Amino acid sequence: MSLTRSVQQKLSATLPYEELLPYEQPAYVHSYVYLFGIATLASFILLIVSGIVLAAFGPQWWHFSTVGHFLNSTHYWSVQAFFFFMVVHLWATFFQGAWRDGRGLTWVVGVMTFLASILTAFTGYISQQNFDAQWIAVQGKDALNAVGVGAFFNVLNFGQMYGYHIFILPLVVGALISAHLLLVRMRGVVRPYDDAMADEVRS
Amino acid sequence: MTPDFMNAPAHYFHAGFILISVANLIVIVLMVLVFILAVLLPFPGGRKTER
Repeated sequence: MSLTRSVQQKLSATLPYEELLPYEQPAYVHSYVYLFGIATLASFILLIVSGIVLAAFGPQWWHFSTVGHFLNSTHYWSVQAFFFFMVVHLWATFFQGAWRDGRGLTWVVGVMTFLASILTAFTGYISQQNFDAQWIAVQGKDALNAVGVGAFFNVLNFGQMYGYHIFILPLVVGALISAHLLLVRMRGVVRPYDDAMADEVRS
Repeated sequence: MTPDFMNAPAHYFHAGFILISVANLIVIVLMVLVFILAVLLPFPGGRKTER
């Protein structure tokens, strides 16, 4: 069998088209507590859109123009929302035991997304080009030196940190979020501990 | 123009070994509150169908 054909068959077996955008959900998903994952994703999309505009116009623009201030603030408050919803999503999935029934990888990819997001936020804070950024960079430098990776990352180098923030780390976070979403679609939302409603569906 | 509260040191909550900025404390309290409300409040709408 050709490689293309085996990949195609594997994909259609694990990711059937009709499972990707379901219009039916199990009845137990009918609760506000299941909305925090999608709220995190919505914040991420707002972050990417506002980030693209900021990157296109640059630091002079975001510091010295009214619209630049607005977009800078949009980016800042989006990241507050992103972490806010991600932490509440983490609590919700933790108390549901969302790693049960073969969903361990979904959980692990979520944890990796959280860690990669912290690095992205850190490089973002030190890309602000203000006194806050300088203070955080100097504190961060000591932390990186203490764990022995100071030779690879110069957090006082705006260019290097900005590159990580707007290119490398968003790609990593975006890829991890995509993998997380695909795993959720492939394995579904975990059944509640009390699964009295587990076989009901809502549309 | 920078608002006045951004040009001043942060306020801190200090009780025994717990030391946390008021800003961080507010965010944590809000997250707990939103989580509890999301669990307790009934979700509106939705047509129920049996599989």
